[in-house]
Amino acid sequence: MKMEKQEIASAGKAEELNGVAIKLQGLGKQYGPLNVLQGLDLDIAPGEFVAIVGRSGCGKSTLLRLLAGLEKQDQGDLRIDGEELVFLRKDTRVMFQEARLLPWKSVLNNVGLGLSGKWQPSALDVLAQVGLADRAGDWPVVLSGGQRQRVSLAKALIHTPQLLLLDEPLGALDALTRIEMQDLIERLWQQYRFTALLVTHDVAEAVAMADRVVLIESGRITLDRKIPLPRPRMRGDHEFAALEGEVLQHVLGRQLSERGH
Amino acid sequence: MKIFRNQLIYGAISWLVPVCLLFIWQVGAKDGWISDRVLPAPMDIFTSFVDIYESGELWIHLKTSCGRAFGGFAIGGSIGILLGVLTGSSRIMERLLDTSVQMIRNIPHLALTPLVILWFGIGEEAKLFLIALGVMFPVYLNTFHGIRSVDVQLIEMGRAYGLSRWHMLKDIIFPGALPSILVGVRYGLGVMWLTLIVAETIAASSGLGYMAMNARELLQTDVVVLAILLYAVLGKLADVLARAMERRWLRWHPNYQIARA
Repeated sequence: MKMEKQEIASAGKAEELNGVAIKLQGLGKQYGPLNVLQGLDLDIAPGEFVAIVGRSGCGKSTLLRLLAGLEKQDQGDLRIDGEELVFLRKDTRVMFQEARLLPWKSVLNNVGLGLSGKWQPSALDVLAQVGLADRAGDWPVVLSGGQRQRVSLAKALIHTPQLLLLDEPLGALDALTRIEMQDLIERLWQQYRFTALLVTHDVAEAVAMADRVVLIESGRITLDRKIPLPRPRMRGDHEFAALEGEVLQHVLGRQLSERGH
Repeated sequence: MKIFRNQLIYGAISWLVPVCLLFIWQVGAKDGWISDRVLPAPMDIFTSFVDIYESGELWIHLKTSCGRAFGGFAIGGSIGILLGVLTGSSRIMERLLDTSVQMIRNIPHLALTPLVILWFGIGEEAKLFLIALGVMFPVYLNTFHGIRSVDVQLIEMGRAYGLSRWHMLKDIIFPGALPSILVGVRYGLGVMWLTLIVAETIAASSGLGYMAMNARELLQTDVVVLAILLYAVLGKLADVLARAMERRWLRWHPNYQIARA
């Protein structure tokens, strides 16, 4: 209870929160005979924004579920801020591909799910930050897909997460809404300075948002590329397009040099 | 189609057939086509209604019958919901209880009437027991089914947000199962009236069924018909109640939402 109240009290303020550090060593996960992840090593610095790309079924979502504490790895070591991850962490929040709002609760009550005490003011505050303060009393069914994801983002933010896991949260949105949401998430990330891990199959999205793009192919990391572009990033410009092209070629399994053949 | 635009006429159309039938019935009974013993005229039934109402007898019988019906419903419905929540949310409880419940369910509860009379005599307990038994199974089955069909994504979301078992049940599982539970409740209300009628007709010393059986011995066909009509009205009232519950508790559900202007 006390923990929760502290969390609420600090919601909306971003002082001295720098996100968590993540260290993965030799991480492996099997579903029956299927090797989903194997020998995966990855270091993420506090406050870093890392995008994980890869084809469907490459194990990127599994990695995210392991980090969320929803599943347990079969091999290897998973440390968050030096601590072994054994159970769900209170400072880790997930944004799923679907908004997963409770249809029987108003937008405001969805944001405050599971909280006790006087959480309503902070819920309104985070809703205002995602631009939906005026929809607090509505049912989720009347919202558009983009608005639902905004609520889902607010629901994560009220807990002032130190690690935000994004499991293709924008995959189902139309192109324009998606860009708006990318900007919103980037802005809030800059404000709150949490560590962010975005799983996506959209290379442009990864390049637009992340400090680093990591490619996973059949359970292993095959590319770890820093994105040195200054923010805010211009989606159309030359450097952006070049980086996007480079990563995309990797995803498609072709090297740039092979194009001549 | 133009005349259907007129709401009053349109609303009246559905009453045309019943009113005509009532008219034919009245004329038929008065002209002697239909014997008084078979079916007394509607006006005679109305007169006996006024008589019984003024003597205060109607109120007593009505109160007794409703008390039995809703008392039995409350007991049976609560047990049904409780069992359904238990077996629905725990595999072990399902293993332990479901087979037994299904076996008992296959005995038509009205077949137990002679046994129940042996156990409890013709007192209130016998009727409460029969009604509770009849109501329990539809409520149980629909609760179980409702809980099992709650969106697994929402349950996982609750898990990722670290909800306690109680919050999980209260905020996600129970509301998610509620549409199905209410189907069980509506079905249970039907069983409730049916069982009440049978139980009161076979053995009772008060209540609407007793009133009808007593009138039969005195050849008061009008009172018998009146009792049947009252059962119909009560059944309709129970249905209206169930609909009101659906509208109140499922107002978040798109299928139950009243169109907004």
